[in-house]
Amino acid sequence: MGFEKFGRKSFTAVTKTGKFVDLLIEGKVEGTTCKKCGAKFFPPRADCATCLSKEMEWFEMPKKGTLETFTTAYYAPFGFEADPPYTMGVVDFDGGLKLFARIAKEVKPEDVRVGMGVTVRPLKYEDGQVSFEILKA
Amino acid sequence: MEKDVAVIGVGQSSFVRGYEGSIRELAFEAFREAMQDAGITQKDVDASVFCSAPEYDKQRSPAGVLAEYLGLIPQPTFYVETVCSSSSTGVKVGYSMIKSGLHDIVVVVGFQKMSEITSAESQERMGRGADIQWEAPFGTMMPAYYAMYAQAYMAKNGLTHDDLRDVRLKSATYGTTNERAVYRKGVKAADFDPNNPEAKMAGPVAWPLRVGDCCANADGSSCIILANKEKAKAFSKKPVWIIGIGAASEAVNMAARPEFAKGLSVGYKAAEQAYKMAGITAKDVKVAEVHDCFTIAEVMAYEGLGFAPMGDGKQLIREKATYKEGRIPVNVDGGLLSKGHPIGATGGSQMRTIVLQLRGEAGPMQVPGDPGIGLVHNVGGVGLYGSVTIFGR
Repeated sequence: MGFEKFGRKSFTAVTKTGKFVDLLIEGKVEGTTCKKCGAKFFPPRADCATCLSKEMEWFEMPKKGTLETFTTAYYAPFGFEADPPYTMGVVDFDGGLKLFARIAKEVKPEDVRVGMGVTVRPLKYEDGQVSFEILKA
Repeated sequence: MEKDVAVIGVGQSSFVRGYEGSIRELAFEAFREAMQDAGITQKDVDASVFCSAPEYDKQRSPAGVLAEYLGLIPQPTFYVETVCSSSSTGVKVGYSMIKSGLHDIVVVVGFQKMSEITSAESQERMGRGADIQWEAPFGTMMPAYYAMYAQAYMAKNGLTHDDLRDVRLKSATYGTTNERAVYRKGVKAADFDPNNPEAKMAGPVAWPLRVGDCCANADGSSCIILANKEKAKAFSKKPVWIIGIGAASEAVNMAARPEFAKGLSVGYKAAEQAYKMAGITAKDVKVAEVHDCFTIAEVMAYEGLGFAPMGDGKQLIREKATYKEGRIPVNVDGGLLSKGHPIGATGGSQMRTIVLQLRGEAGPMQVPGDPGIGLVHNVGGVGLYGSVTIFGR
């Protein structure tokens, strides 16, 4: 339990990576790394796809990355109707890690550019849901 | 070039909005046409494979239900799913069943009745074809995913909104000639002009993609009948052989994807396998169907299939090289953009188009020059699955 608090609306209640939500509440955006082979994952995984180990530990995601791509959605799926327009994008951190999230509302869509420096921070919605978002570095 | 498994019959329903019938009746339309095309009866069929995206179906486990309705019991039947590429995957499975020697003739039916749910529900369900644990909580939909590929691609390769518009103008040109297409109206450049108050294609959906960049939902069915060499020669005057097959998969989460500006990795990987198996190169392909669920997807497919160098797909559109009279005609049946995209039926419909082209029976859509080799590129999800199938005479 607990993962239903993730995102604007969660479709998953139970996952072994549920601690991700607790970490967000503590102000941290973390991925997992395999204790056996060192493979790093974001979004976090409970099991290692590289060496099949189940021994994972949490690590804090890098602070600086570049925006690889983005889109502004003018329509939304069920449950998100109040939100459009909203911008989402993919951050590329050097070293193989990437992250997908919404871009913070305070960043105007017309100011968003491919390749711009960005950072990531946790986010709490008024209804108690928790997430993370991208903003200009 | 192996000639072990042939297509001996093809069929497709009209692609429509709001089909007036149930899924079994929809499946019957394509099946009947393909059986008449093949000139066989149900007792000649050894097994059947049914393909759809299950989130649209109210019927659970549809294979048994549809097999019964089509008169295909008690032969074995089962269900195959890879979202938008389900029926291409079904044909790959059917090919394997025949190649293994297990069966002589296999029927592959793709179907989808998308109109049972609203467009918003449909978008949510398609969004759930992506990563529901880590991405759907942000409010993702199919157009947004492809829009992210478009944004990165356009920034790197100088592809413009006018180029994307011109992909749609090409599809619409052929949509008007395809009596089975859901969108048969022509489209003009002015329909994309943001300064034109009546421009119905210009509104943003997920920027940089506009209404006109997105394919149309539709209800439809397709049917491909496969046979081994012996049966193909016995039943068919014009067998079309499957000479190359490739398929690949990719990480569902955008955070685990390679460079976005390079397009969908499954397209390249599936193409490489299919060309190798067929012993041909891109230059040998004379007509192709590619997965243009969005305009950007067609441009990326040109490069994944080797029709254009990396980053240069725009030239094919600018030079009209993918028109019927061009160097490599692509989607001359209207494509997903105008013919429509009834998820589970799409791959089989693309294959029908290519088979008809190779038989010289494509009517007003026929490309000149008596094409001998044709290719089908079909993608499931946002490049989650990719399938390339090459056909020869």
